[in-house]
Amino acid sequence: MNNLKLRLAKEKRFQLYGILSITLALTLLSVLFISIFSQGYTAFQETKIQLNINFEQNILDPKKTRDWDVIKKSNFNILIRNSLQELFPDVSDRNEKRKLKKIISTSGEYQLRNYIRNNIESIGTSKKIWLLADDDVDMLIKGHINRILPEEERRIDNTELAWIEILETKKLIKKFFNKTFFTSGDSAESEQSGILGALIGSLFAIGITLIISFPIGIATAIYLEEFAPKNNKFIDFVEVNINNLAAVPSIIFGLLGLAIFLNFFEMPRSAPLVGGMVLSLMTLPTIIISSRVSIKAVPPSIKEGALGVGASEIQAVFHHVVPVAVPGMLTGTIIGMARALGESAPLLVIGMVAFIVDIPQSVTDPATALPIQIYLWADTPERGFAERTSAAIIVLLIFLILMNSLAVYLRQRFEKDIN
Amino acid sequence: MDNKNKTINSDDLLNQSPSKLDNTKTVGDIHVKDPRIIAKNINVYYGKKIAINNVSIDIGKNEVLAMIGPSGCGKSTFLRCFNRMNDTIESCKVEGELYLDKENILDKKTNVVPLRAKVGMVFQKPNPFPKSVYDNVAYGPKIHGMAKNKIELDEIVIKSLEKAGLYEEVKDRLDTPGTSLSGGQQQRLCIARTIAVNPEVILMDEPCSALDPIATARIEELIYELKENFTIVIVTHAMQQAARVSQRTAYFHLGNLIEVGPTDKIFTKPQHKLTESYITGRFG
Repeated sequence: MNNLKLRLAKEKRFQLYGILSITLALTLLSVLFISIFSQGYTAFQETKIQLNINFEQNILDPKKTRDWDVIKKSNFNILIRNSLQELFPDVSDRNEKRKLKKIISTSGEYQLRNYIRNNIESIGTSKKIWLLADDDVDMLIKGHINRILPEEERRIDNTELAWIEILETKKLIKKFFNKTFFTSGDSAESEQSGILGALIGSLFAIGITLIISFPIGIATAIYLEEFAPKNNKFIDFVEVNINNLAAVPSIIFGLLGLAIFLNFFEMPRSAPLVGGMVLSLMTLPTIIISSRVSIKAVPPSIKEGALGVGASEIQAVFHHVVPVAVPGMLTGTIIGMARALGESAPLLVIGMVAFIVDIPQSVTDPATALPIQIYLWADTPERGFAERTSAAIIVLLIFLILMNSLAVYLRQRFEKDIN
Repeated sequence: MDNKNKTINSDDLLNQSPSKLDNTKTVGDIHVKDPRIIAKNINVYYGKKIAINNVSIDIGKNEVLAMIGPSGCGKSTFLRCFNRMNDTIESCKVEGELYLDKENILDKKTNVVPLRAKVGMVFQKPNPFPKSVYDNVAYGPKIHGMAKNKIELDEIVIKSLEKAGLYEEVKDRLDTPGTSLSGGQQQRLCIARTIAVNPEVILMDEPCSALDPIATARIEELIYELKENFTIVIVTHAMQQAARVSQRTAYFHLGNLIEVGPTDKIFTKPQHKLTESYITGRFG
């Protein structure tokens, strides 16, 4: 009976180790999440300043042509300057005036131009418009710049601080939901930069990966598992190499893409098309291996039953084996896709690391991807980019979680269909 | 080689002492008057290992033939020759001639698809498809194009379920998964699935070994009814079952067909020592 006690103790100890390791993993995960969220959540807001803009006829359209081609060439910056002058009449020094203009983001003039383009009848009237604030102002409002610090240690000097405080008392400065972050591409100015370009780039690349690797992967798995001759040296060789491919570091696939797709086939550089092709090389072994496992898990009695009523080999496989294996195949595919979504090394090599402002319109346009955008922003010193880095990580994590939940959901749904 | 297959009838046997009996010679009459299947000199190998050694036997029309024998004697392997199920096992090689309606089904040229429609099979473990009860039965007729439209298909499904004695139990839940039925019902569903394609021969590989006595009794009843329309070959471990359902019994031992004869004779007056040992429970 002594033995029994020992055995029970062993069992208890093992359970304890298990619980401890799970707790450790969860703690580390929550530390990661908390640190990312606490740094990133402010990026989901942007600071705007309300200015009373007078769209003067003689600045925008002196000849009253009402022609957009004429109007678009006018200097919208003057409108901002005039409006600021009105707000702060004491500022008269040239340098001071320039400094004052700087509290508004350089995107201000484009914002006004776009407004007039959509509301051409507003010429000659004055409108209250919320303009994007400069990133330093944004940081101050969000509390990332300490106002109590001595002037020389602050990015905002005393005069600027005084203006901002006046704006605050007049309630002309406010935080809004950060639409810019979700609707623009990268920018050198942190307040104008957004995730959309990288997100679209990633989705294009993943789409290409899915289109290439899903059918090929599934077909390979079905062939190897159900139709390939057993005990054939060539097939064994293929199988060993698929397993080897799964273990190859992703940067090698990137170099392969560079050498073959870019240098030999002269495909466009930095394009999600090539990115997707490289990622599919990386995803294929994952899909093949997990699909084979799920095909192998289908009880052979089902196939025998089908053959027994006179189904041909192909009918037995596609009517009975594959439907049962589908949930496993989908799970493998989605996990492969999620890995591809978070992959950056191979994309760096094929040039998806460029500074790209435009949002890609097709798979051949130059683009970056989410993890690369994170890398680029993390490399930038401005405080504004630091919070955007965290925000981009949050977006990436949300996509990964969504994909993994989809995998779980699909698996459960198909399993319910079967049982 | 030739005298190996020579039939030894009971008269000869009386003049011989049991110890002289050769295991490779079959005792009893392997021939029947109106044979449906004629197996001649069947050898089956798994790799280099011989699993069935030169077996010849006829199976009559509308007859239930029971194949009995200890585990590993090759009776299931032999059964699987009749619809070429052994093709699915890579290392398995079948030699000999096996005639169904004058056609040698072991011929490489024979297409297994129509063959398996003609020779249906019920497996040891109930293996309904993970689909609805209806689809389970309708699958065979569908792939063989046996129904022109939905109404005909419905008719086939209902008839098959009725013949398998399952219709009354499942008529309200034809769309529930076949796997949700009880074990006995699942096996009857598999029988319905098999008879839906209207086979001539039904092979049953220990169809009751995974079932309780009540479900077993139902299947046995069913086999008795099915014999009116089909030729049935059943492999079984339960000797009582063989005694209850079959007209003829074949006893296998280590890949050899030891004895064939009318069931009542085999069980009451076995002629071969091995048969006698087996049915009296000395091994098995």
